[in-house]
Amino acid sequence: MEEDVLLDLEKEEYIINMGPQHPSTHGVLRLVLSLKGEIVKNIEPHCGYIHRGIEKMCEKLTYQQIIHLTDRLDYLSAMINNEAVCLCVENALQIEVPERVKYIRTIMDELQRIASHQLWWCSFGMDLGGLTCFFYGLRDREKVLDIFEESIGSRLILSYYTPGGLMNDIHPNFQKNVKKFIKYFRKILPEYDQLLTGNVIMQERCKGVGFLSKEDAINYGVTGPSGRGSGFSCDIRKHAPYGVYDKVDFKEILFNEGDTFARYQVRMFEMRESMKIIEQLIDNIPEGDYTAKMKPIIKLPEGEYYQRVEACRGEFGVYIESKGEKYPYRLKLRSPNFSNLSALNAIAKNQKIADLVAIGASLDYVIPDIDR
Amino acid sequence: MRGFINYLTGIVRGVWSLVLGMMVTGKYFFSPWKIVTQQYPENRKKLVMYDRFRGEVIMPHNANNEHKCTGCGICEINCPNGTIEVISKQILLDDGKKKRALDKHIYRLGMCTFCALCVKTCPSDALTFSQEFEHAVFNRAQLNKILNKEGSTLMKGVE
Repeated sequence: MEEDVLLDLEKEEYIINMGPQHPSTHGVLRLVLSLKGEIVKNIEPHCGYIHRGIEKMCEKLTYQQIIHLTDRLDYLSAMINNEAVCLCVENALQIEVPERVKYIRTIMDELQRIASHQLWWCSFGMDLGGLTCFFYGLRDREKVLDIFEESIGSRLILSYYTPGGLMNDIHPNFQKNVKKFIKYFRKILPEYDQLLTGNVIMQERCKGVGFLSKEDAINYGVTGPSGRGSGFSCDIRKHAPYGVYDKVDFKEILFNEGDTFARYQVRMFEMRESMKIIEQLIDNIPEGDYTAKMKPIIKLPEGEYYQRVEACRGEFGVYIESKGEKYPYRLKLRSPNFSNLSALNAIAKNQKIADLVAIGASLDYVIPDIDR
Repeated sequence: MRGFINYLTGIVRGVWSLVLGMMVTGKYFFSPWKIVTQQYPENRKKLVMYDRFRGEVIMPHNANNEHKCTGCGICEINCPNGTIEVISKQILLDDGKKKRALDKHIYRLGMCTFCALCVKTCPSDALTFSQEFEHAVFNRAQLNKILNKEGSTLMKGVE
């Protein structure tokens, strides 16, 4: 080629599509990358491939029916998404749910968090090229899902909570199985560290890669483990407790490094904290009803209501505007993954394209939650 | 000199971390009784689902071909997806009064999201979940099911 053409090519940025069908984007996310060599200069996420209009659909559904749609946002933290809507409706009606419900909800939330972080660990290992992690993580996640299946009947899309309580009481074997799982998982978690955390290849690929400063985390609204990896204290369980989180003793995991490895470490330690929470609650579930007395048709009083909870990937918020009818006038969902994705450009700019995969894995995005 | 020693210890540490990881995988490689894989289609007969498992909605009938559904349509109202359609009819009782009864309970499995609202809200507990999980069929029309059996009537004592 002639020399001036080559010069032009060097100046120009090379545009490449990552996704929508790419294994490391964990779904149908399309990232339009501007590359200079293998350095990423700009990332433009294109959302909407799995947009279902859930917020609009909710305007024609009753409050009990909305629950099953929130499962389908971030399907890995379905239980916690359900709780956000339930708490919002309960706060609006000013209903006090039985103590037993609060205990069971908190235990279930933490089990869900463990299951979600296990799957994240699987996919993190797999994105970095270690397929073994995927099998080991899924093997242990299966045990949590079995606990769910026994009590609830479904494994992924749970719809367990209803406004005012629970769909059905826990299975008689629930406490025994949870204790068995905790004992098993405490033994198996050091194996995760031995296999992946200590691995020199994984550390080389994660340490110092994908830096997100605390200021940027706050500016972009990066919450959850990704935000806490940058030292942004944003745990709703600590700052605005719901359920029985104010009665249990647990630490908010904070790392100040802000790189991919810090985000990894936050999640590994959060699994331990979740087990600690469950151990404190599992023997003390009080007797009582599994649901408060509710009218068959729930009508919220006129007004605006907001409730936020700590989902597995960050702050999940539900905003309901009611006109006093049995359907909400408007329902807005604040999904954590959407905000976390917005920071991707700031994190991955001027990094290598191979590191983008590691950064994406550490942000742990679930695409149906982004598009809604 | 110190730089060279650091370089060497770095290599040794790196290799040792790989060995540690290999020990985990090796442990499972040499203890095949810890393998948890299920041989799915072969173990189909032994495979038992939990009793609360949400397989598909069914309407249990007793030996006299009687069910509990009164045809009130509460499940149809509660279903978020339009999965259920209840077609009721008027029947003449012996004393000359007219009464609503179930004609057809149509359940479209292809649209069902297994939220369990119909089972939960049924006032006469006419619906339950079965433990069936192999839903695949060759023709989409087969997913539209009529839950009440032919010639079935309302169980006595259910209002």
